[in-house]
Amino acid sequence: MNNILEVNNLTMDFGGLRAIDSFGLNIREKEIVALIGPNGAGKTTFFNCITGIYAPTGGEMFIAPPGKKSKKINGLKPNRITKLGMARTFQNIRLFPNMTVLENVMIGRHCRTSSGILGAVLRGRSTIREEKEIVEGSYAILEKFGLVSFANELAKNLPYGEQRRLEIARAMATRPFLLLLDEPAAGLNAQETRELDELITRIRDEEKISILLIEHDMKLVMSISDRIAVMDYGSKIAEGTPDEIRDDPVVIKAYLGEEFVA
Amino acid sequence: MIRLAEMKKSLLVSVWFMFLTFPVMVIRVNPIENVVEWRWWNMLGIGVGSFVLSFLWRLLMKRKEAGRPAEDTKDSFLNRVRMEQKVRLPILYVILAAAMIFPFLFSIYQVNVMTTVLLYVMLGLGLNIVVGLAGLLDLGYVAFYAVGAYSYALLSYHFGLDFWIALPLGALIGALFGILLGFPVLRLKGDYLAIVTLGFGEIIRLVLENWNEFSFGPSGIANIPRPSFFGMDLSLQNATVYIYFIMVGLIIFTIFVVNRLQHSRIGRAWVALREDEIACQAMGIDKTRTKLAAFALGATWAGMAGVIFAAKTTFVNPASFTFLESAMILSIVVLGGMGSITGVICGALILILLPEYLRAFSDFRMLLFGAIMVLMMVFRPQGMISNVRRKYELKGEQN
Repeated sequence: MNNILEVNNLTMDFGGLRAIDSFGLNIREKEIVALIGPNGAGKTTFFNCITGIYAPTGGEMFIAPPGKKSKKINGLKPNRITKLGMARTFQNIRLFPNMTVLENVMIGRHCRTSSGILGAVLRGRSTIREEKEIVEGSYAILEKFGLVSFANELAKNLPYGEQRRLEIARAMATRPFLLLLDEPAAGLNAQETRELDELITRIRDEEKISILLIEHDMKLVMSISDRIAVMDYGSKIAEGTPDEIRDDPVVIKAYLGEEFVA
Repeated sequence: MIRLAEMKKSLLVSVWFMFLTFPVMVIRVNPIENVVEWRWWNMLGIGVGSFVLSFLWRLLMKRKEAGRPAEDTKDSFLNRVRMEQKVRLPILYVILAAAMIFPFLFSIYQVNVMTTVLLYVMLGLGLNIVVGLAGLLDLGYVAFYAVGAYSYALLSYHFGLDFWIALPLGALIGALFGILLGFPVLRLKGDYLAIVTLGFGEIIRLVLENWNEFSFGPSGIANIPRPSFFGMDLSLQNATVYIYFIMVGLIIFTIFVVNRLQHSRIGRAWVALREDEIACQAMGIDKTRTKLAAFALGATWAGMAGVIFAAKTTFVNPASFTFLESAMILSIVVLGGMGSITGVICGALILILLPEYLRAFSDFRMLLFGAIMVLMMVFRPQGMISNVRRKYELKGEQN
């Protein structure tokens, strides 16, 4: 299996503060990887680096869409990286609140379509076809995520759990091969978390894509991940299968303190 | 009882006002007869007046807080106009017919005023792309208007270029300046963007004012030809009507284009950019190109409006392009309803016609104008007509 994401020695400094310290992570095809660690460990910063929102101070990042050559993504703009096939959600939901649910998903289709200003004004055959494809494709995605009944509601009027789901739906609309989820279970109740568990596994199985998620809900992390990477103070302190991580003294120390290490 | 408490508050307000205005409104010293006049009736008037006004204000505020559920119902007339083609089309035809016969029913003065309104509708619709859709607060919009006006003035002065050639050229030059300004300000947003665009607007005006060899300074350029009618020169009366019809045609064109843009891939990208810039980029939208497109398109319409302005008044000078103009156009967009075409048209009608017809009140007209704007923003901050997101139906029902 090939690595579809390869990060080597990633370093990110904010002034004198080193948020990420030579961090490395590889992700293979059709794999669910969880990135865990105490608050402030640098997990979201890592996401922001690989999606192009921050320019890392050092290190190299490559992505390789399945069946294609790998490409260095250092210094690329976020929209270019999304177009290459890596989509993300945000820790604190960032939907487009005053657009409808359907439009939110339609925005996701933006980078896979091409009609411009002239096309919009003249509305030729190709533009009409493309527009139809966008609407139908977006409806199909809403159906998959069980959001069709909300299609014409404003996103801000959606219940919290549905907003989380819509964010994933919107990211999926960009047709990624790697989906990054930043704390998808934050604020969800036990029932909703179980549903999320099923949803993530289903996405991986049906769409055949890889998923990298940051999560604090250990039950969720342990049940769905193929592999877990643990981060503390900006560097990787452990990596392995859920079982290995559960018993790792270094991880327990980072989370609970010295005295809990058996 | 809530009402009683409200009354008490209003009573306090009126007492306070009576006390404040007491020295000016009640006491009058008559220096000729050396007596003091006590005008208690004035005091009573102020007391009653301020009480009524304050009570009314409180009542309206109460209603505003309670929300107006009647408006949300599906059958309200406005909603039906918005949603149903069957209701909307006849209304559009009536408006169009009214616009067509307007110049034959009213005086030249009225036609001229209406042309000005249409000019501002055009400017409003242009700025609406930048502010209403893409959410980029542009306080220097008038700069592009000036660019358009001076393009026609100078091209016709130096090269004798015809109006009809200058019109697309003015639009093009406007767009060029839009891109020119767009590049440096792309990384800015909100207040910072507003300040930079404000500065840009002033720079253009100051250059026009001081670069005498180029723009003839504050004295401006006079004798700009009116639009020719297939090579014929028209009488003043006919020319006014002619420009009116050109304007009606261009407005229809503008509405057509803006409407299509709004419901297109790029229109959605603008709204998304307004809603959340970072999420927008993460969804694969090129921020730079999208913003530039909004700036350039907005400027295109300002440039076009500028050409028509120059042709209509036959005279341009920098004094026509002050910050106040930018503020006026922005008010049209905000007051009318950001992002809504109908809103912008209503906004222009009110903001341009009101001061014109309030001339009867001479000194008070600007005061009244200001009061109306304040009231409007307190009670309907979303503008007169708020923009409703389009609903898409599956199975090819959308056009």
